[in-house]
Amino acid sequence: MSTLEVSPAESLPGQSDHAVINDFSIQVATVNGSGSQTANTVLMRSLFQMGIPVSGKNMFPSNIAGLPTWFTIRVSRHGYIGRRKEIDFLVAMNPETAREDVMHLDAGAAVVYDEPLKLNELRGDLHFYPVPFDKLTAPVCPEAKLRKLVRNMIYDGVVAQLLSIEMAEIHNALIKQFGKKKAKAAELNWGACQAGFDFAARTFTKSDPFRAERMDGNAGKIIVDGNAACALGCMFAGVTVVTWYPITPSSSLVESLIGYMRRFRHEPETGKATYAIVQAEDELASIGMALGAGWAGARSMTATAGPGISLMSEFIGLGYYAEIPTVVFNVERVGPSTGLPTRTQQGDLLSTAVLSHGDTKHPMFFPCSPEECFSMSIEAFDFAEKFQTPLFVMTDLDLGMNNWMAHPFAYPEKPIARGKVLSAEDLERLGGFARYKDVDGDGVGYRTLPGTNHPNAAYFTRGSGHNAKAQYTEREDDYINNMDRLAHKFEVMRQYVPEPEVRFADNARIGFVALGTSDYAVRESCDQLKAEYDIDASYLRLRAYPFTEHLLDFIRRHDRVYVVDQNRDGQLLGLMRLELEVELIAKLRSLRYYGGLPLDARTVTEEVIKQEGK
Amino acid sequence: MSTTLTTPGAPPPKKVNHIGLEVLKYKGSKTTLCAGCGHNSISERIVECFYELGVQPWSVAKFSGIGCSSKSPAYFLGLSHGFNGVHGRMPAIATGALLANKNLLGIGITGDGDTASIGLGQFMHLVRRNLPMIYVIENNGVYGLTKGQFSATADLGSTLKTGTVNDLPPFDCCALALRWGATFVARSFSGDKRQLQAIIKTAIAHQGLSVIDVISPCVTFNDHQGSTKSYSYMKDHESMLHELDFVPFFEEISVDIPEGEVTDVQMHDGSHLRIRKLSRDYDPTDRLAALVVLEEAESKAEVLTGVLYVNPNKPTFLDHLNVTDEAVATLPESQTRPPKAVLDQVMEELR
Repeated sequence: MSTLEVSPAESLPGQSDHAVINDFSIQVATVNGSGSQTANTVLMRSLFQMGIPVSGKNMFPSNIAGLPTWFTIRVSRHGYIGRRKEIDFLVAMNPETAREDVMHLDAGAAVVYDEPLKLNELRGDLHFYPVPFDKLTAPVCPEAKLRKLVRNMIYDGVVAQLLSIEMAEIHNALIKQFGKKKAKAAELNWGACQAGFDFAARTFTKSDPFRAERMDGNAGKIIVDGNAACALGCMFAGVTVVTWYPITPSSSLVESLIGYMRRFRHEPETGKATYAIVQAEDELASIGMALGAGWAGARSMTATAGPGISLMSEFIGLGYYAEIPTVVFNVERVGPSTGLPTRTQQGDLLSTAVLSHGDTKHPMFFPCSPEECFSMSIEAFDFAEKFQTPLFVMTDLDLGMNNWMAHPFAYPEKPIARGKVLSAEDLERLGGFARYKDVDGDGVGYRTLPGTNHPNAAYFTRGSGHNAKAQYTEREDDYINNMDRLAHKFEVMRQYVPEPEVRFADNARIGFVALGTSDYAVRESCDQLKAEYDIDASYLRLRAYPFTEHLLDFIRRHDRVYVVDQNRDGQLLGLMRLELEVELIAKLRSLRYYGGLPLDARTVTEEVIKQEGK
Repeated sequence: MSTTLTTPGAPPPKKVNHIGLEVLKYKGSKTTLCAGCGHNSISERIVECFYELGVQPWSVAKFSGIGCSSKSPAYFLGLSHGFNGVHGRMPAIATGALLANKNLLGIGITGDGDTASIGLGQFMHLVRRNLPMIYVIENNGVYGLTKGQFSATADLGSTLKTGTVNDLPPFDCCALALRWGATFVARSFSGDKRQLQAIIKTAIAHQGLSVIDVISPCVTFNDHQGSTKSYSYMKDHESMLHELDFVPFFEEISVDIPEGEVTDVQMHDGSHLRIRKLSRDYDPTDRLAALVVLEEAESKAEVLTGVLYVNPNKPTFLDHLNVTDEAVATLPESQTRPPKAVLDQVMEELR
């Protein structure tokens, strides 16, 4: 093996004295089902442990094995953890996509590849590092059937050597990944890493500028995916009934929850569960069960994605009219059917806001980070019970299934609030109650739970045809009164939903409105606009629907407001149009991305520049 | 809603059950179904049975879907919580409610459209789970509330009022329930007061899913010549498996054995279902035999009524879940929110 082919004849962009430290992206292109997830997680975690802000995005197919998958790791000393379009360092392991992957790179990028692919013949403006993976794997993995998996750990070693990732941290990450119980597997993989590292050290002369260097950007932080963060939030919210139907990308939310509840929510003396989790036969049943449980007083929830939301539509309307608390996690994705179920989107905003038939509208929370997944999940249960209504926590595949750095979650300070529920003692004192009477002026009546030990506890639950005493009626005035009270209740919610996060830039004439995972791209874009175009942009990140006065004020204070949507039709903009006055609507501009990948800052910046006519 | 119940010094009620409640406490609002509708007779039987067994009304939760049958929970047990759900999906609501509070006595009222058509999937999964509740199918073979279309339990060759002939075979809800896991399965006729009472009482005593298919004629849309769910058809074609009596746990079981062969099945709560043999030998604890007699009856155009199957001891869905003895819905925060140390531990694991 010579070192000749690693350096192109001519000097490349980026190939100079200056090193690019802690500011690049790595893309690993593999075939799914090849065990690359472990290798990629170890790589990401090693960088994290070196104190470098890092994010990892898995772009995977709807398939179990054999189709292309890409994992992108971004390291950013500035703390930008949104997706970056440009790839600086490619690990090309998939023969099927290798050529296209290489052709897409910007000049000056580096490529680690499987030697037989001869990718170096494709271009002369990249840094190529050929690795004979099969030759390196065989000696460190005598068992042939494991080689496919171990092979991937070789590239961890190669990349570590080329990017100066500390091998001690690779080792730590491996131990963390495999745990104490799988020490043998960890050892096998560690051997492969070392073989890769040693090979690179004795073979390559580094010609690319990219390098990792220990810093102190992650003190105290954790790595967690949004679904697990939501699950932890649910457990600490005191959830008692969970009913669900598997669907990507929400399944791992409930699966994480099952894991945590089994560990921490059984009575120590009896071993009995303080909760029930049921996998239903479909989403029609999972939401029906969640509503039945909410009606009977449980903190109930379900988790699903767009297709499930569509199926839940009828029941959600009943939940709205019967005024039953439950929390629905909608981890958004592309659909329907064999659409792109493993790609991310914010495509259910409009349909969820008014889900069901007749006049319905539902509160939605929009967490953007694991920290908010945790805290808003807790808040969601309090809110749903306070307002006796189904509430949607809207996340997406990017937030739910990818690993994110986060601050450790804060233990909830407020005690659990169960809303207006009358006990047998209350009923004894009051003599009776009217289920849907607006006693307090907030549109929320008092309810009783079935099984309350009092003869006056019962009421009959049905759809929209009821009066304040929950008696059946088809009278015009009863119906209108009920509808108006429900509308009033929705107005009252505005005072209690999580407020938006607002950053006013000095002298800004334009602003952004975005929510959820669009946050990372928008924040980075604000910096790009300032640095590259001297444009100041303010930013309001919505955290809930219904909207609050902050949004109106924000729009009033700017000439043009870019509403960022990760969907084709500008659903967030559409939702705003339903509520805003004409002069405010006139200020709104639509900025949309709907390709199924996490939104990146460059896309946002370029679109703003285009629309601003710069 | 009356408050006299808890008022001390109130005049003693004329006649009360063993928990001191009058039959009035078990009634609901006035029915809005057609005069002569079989469903009204079933509501009356429910009132009598819950009263006679002394079930506390506010420990009961009533569930229904959509249709004429599903309106009827408003007409009995007015002191029980009730939930009129969406079409065909009452099982999900009932399941959720019983997960939240396993100490509720659940009773669901549904129809043949609600169960055998739109709700067939949920019905089958309820059966599969053996959720402990009473599931009454008010079966008239026709959609009443939408004015007279065939349901999926209408027999092959039966006709609508318009003369339209049904050319599809029916689902037999009892056969479905038997095959896939219900632990008490019975068929009855809304016009047979004594049999239906014994069956409903057994269902109240049963721990597990009770599926009761009650032929309940629709006087408006399916009581004509050509219907196989009419009063006159039942008069001619009903075949009783046996005679039934129910002896509640709080009554001594009579020692003087009545005439004929009698078998007692002891229910989970200590009550007894007393079965008196008629023309045939039949063992209602034999599930396979139940399926066989249903097949035979169908070939002879008989409507077989009685207790087809009972298994008082099979663990229920709620047993498998191993939840706390108290309702999880109302557990205190100390039991539902783990302490800060747990969060700290998890955070450490994620570092």
